[in-house]
Amino acid sequence: MHGSVALLIQIGLLLVVLTVLGALARKVSLSPIPLYLLAGLSLGEGAIPLEPSASEFIETGALVGVVLLLLTLGLEFSVTEFAASMRKHLPSAWVDLALNATPGALVGWFLGLDFVGILAMAGVTYISSSGVVSRLLTDLRRLGNRETPAVLSVLVLEDFAMAVYLPLLAVLAAGGTWVNAVVGIAIAILALAVTFLASYKWGHVVERLVSHPDSELLLLRVLGLALLVAGLAEFVHVSAAVGAFLVGLTLSGETAVRVRELLSPLRDLFAAIFFVSIGFMVDPAVMIPMLPLAVVLAVVTAATKVVSGMYAAKREGVARPGQLRAGTALIVRGEFSLVIIALVGESIPVIEAIAMPYVFVLAFVGPVATLLSGRVTARPRLQRRVSRPARVRRSEPPSG
Amino acid sequence: MVQLRQRRDGSVKMGRMDVNEVLLPGVGLRYEFDNTDGDRIGVVAKRAGDFEVVLYAAEDPDVAQPLFHLNAEEADALAQILGAPRIAERFADLTHEVPGLEAGQVSIDPDSPYADRPLGDARVRTRTGASVVAIVRDEDVQPSPGPADVLRVGDILVIIGTEEGITQVEHIFDKG
Repeated sequence: MHGSVALLIQIGLLLVVLTVLGALARKVSLSPIPLYLLAGLSLGEGAIPLEPSASEFIETGALVGVVLLLLTLGLEFSVTEFAASMRKHLPSAWVDLALNATPGALVGWFLGLDFVGILAMAGVTYISSSGVVSRLLTDLRRLGNRETPAVLSVLVLEDFAMAVYLPLLAVLAAGGTWVNAVVGIAIAILALAVTFLASYKWGHVVERLVSHPDSELLLLRVLGLALLVAGLAEFVHVSAAVGAFLVGLTLSGETAVRVRELLSPLRDLFAAIFFVSIGFMVDPAVMIPMLPLAVVLAVVTAATKVVSGMYAAKREGVARPGQLRAGTALIVRGEFSLVIIALVGESIPVIEAIAMPYVFVLAFVGPVATLLSGRVTARPRLQRRVSRPARVRRSEPPSG
Repeated sequence: MVQLRQRRDGSVKMGRMDVNEVLLPGVGLRYEFDNTDGDRIGVVAKRAGDFEVVLYAAEDPDVAQPLFHLNAEEADALAQILGAPRIAERFADLTHEVPGLEAGQVSIDPDSPYADRPLGDARVRTRTGASVVAIVRDEDVQPSPGPADVLRVGDILVIIGTEEGITQVEHIFDKG
């Protein structure tokens, strides 16, 4: 009985702290991720002496968080949108990959990591946080802007790249002989191909099987299915995250829309716990010497993201201020960089130590830079506002 | 996974207007058009069902000035205000897209057996396969009426179904 009291109070306290931090971040349109990481870090340092059951809950919650993050990513994915993005922005995607994966890979090499480590670092610096970016664009009311389709297209292509990258990394990180690795990769690619085909051709069949008019049953079904497949994927060393992503991909149509609505509060809860757990895992003693390098890497890859975003926006015929807005919008790294850390963190603790502060800096700097980039163009808007009433008045019929 | 419409970016005809349609991956669609005053207007239709209406500044066509945001219900209301007078016409346009599907109107006469009775009593869909998609009462249009909605003398029902089905519906509301 005593144990459960402590557990409830500790988890409740944690969630209250997170909601205060989250509200603070939202108030200024910033991503709450850095604050969640900090909360985790301070927990790890014993801010609240955690009961074993509470830290177990955080560990389990983090696992579920990763599954939900990837499940919803899969649900968001649409073949039509992917094809349209490919058609228009394949060159942007290559520029994005080359410019942003390279600095990470170089740092990995500099640190003397093995191939898996270098690959993981490349992924950490490559992937922008699609969740934070689209939220940011919505909050700043930039969805109507000319550069926005370019930004969103780059994100779709990055997310797709993750679908290929994560199983690859998971298999390699699991180690074992090269035969194991090859078999694992083959399974992953096959599963991915089959899922794409299935969702494209027989999406409606899957939909009928899973769909249920009752929201509660639908939620349980999809969640159950996702966890099952995630477990199976983990069993064949293809990472639970990838399994969940595949489940998300196969769902389509009306069901996908409903599931997305049902899952998003759950995802927000468990993803927050996942971010806390990342901060919780990191050992400050290992992290502190890595800080300067993390900051340098953050500065460099913020710049490379801006360049790749500008390139993408330029392809849409957007002028310089818009290109800057697109570039800065893409700076923020977040959930997927952290998923990568979670994948390899245990085997290569250096990555955790450098990537955690890296994500921390960029999850903070990215939204700030995006906000500021909008200020650059604030002036013409004001002119417009001044000139408008005059025009409206002219078009009114003379009264009196 | 959501399949939005299988359409690429580009210009589409809506009524007599050319409306530019832009795919916003992960978010939805954006429609843009110029009005006769020369303002460029954009409507962002989000997957979640809400809308953002924006105006493009003449000085910088890249920046959208947000005008207002509509949730799904507000957007419905606005669409009704803008589209109410032409609702039956619009249904007629719609039915051209499906061969065999027709739109028709049935009025509730004073001697109709279903005057002042709920729509559900007529069991239209069960008996004819046709659907009552709207009730037009004076200036008001009630889209997708439910079985509990009570019919009044003078109501116009907008029906969608086969030609045969619509004739049967006329008969039901005439004679019972």
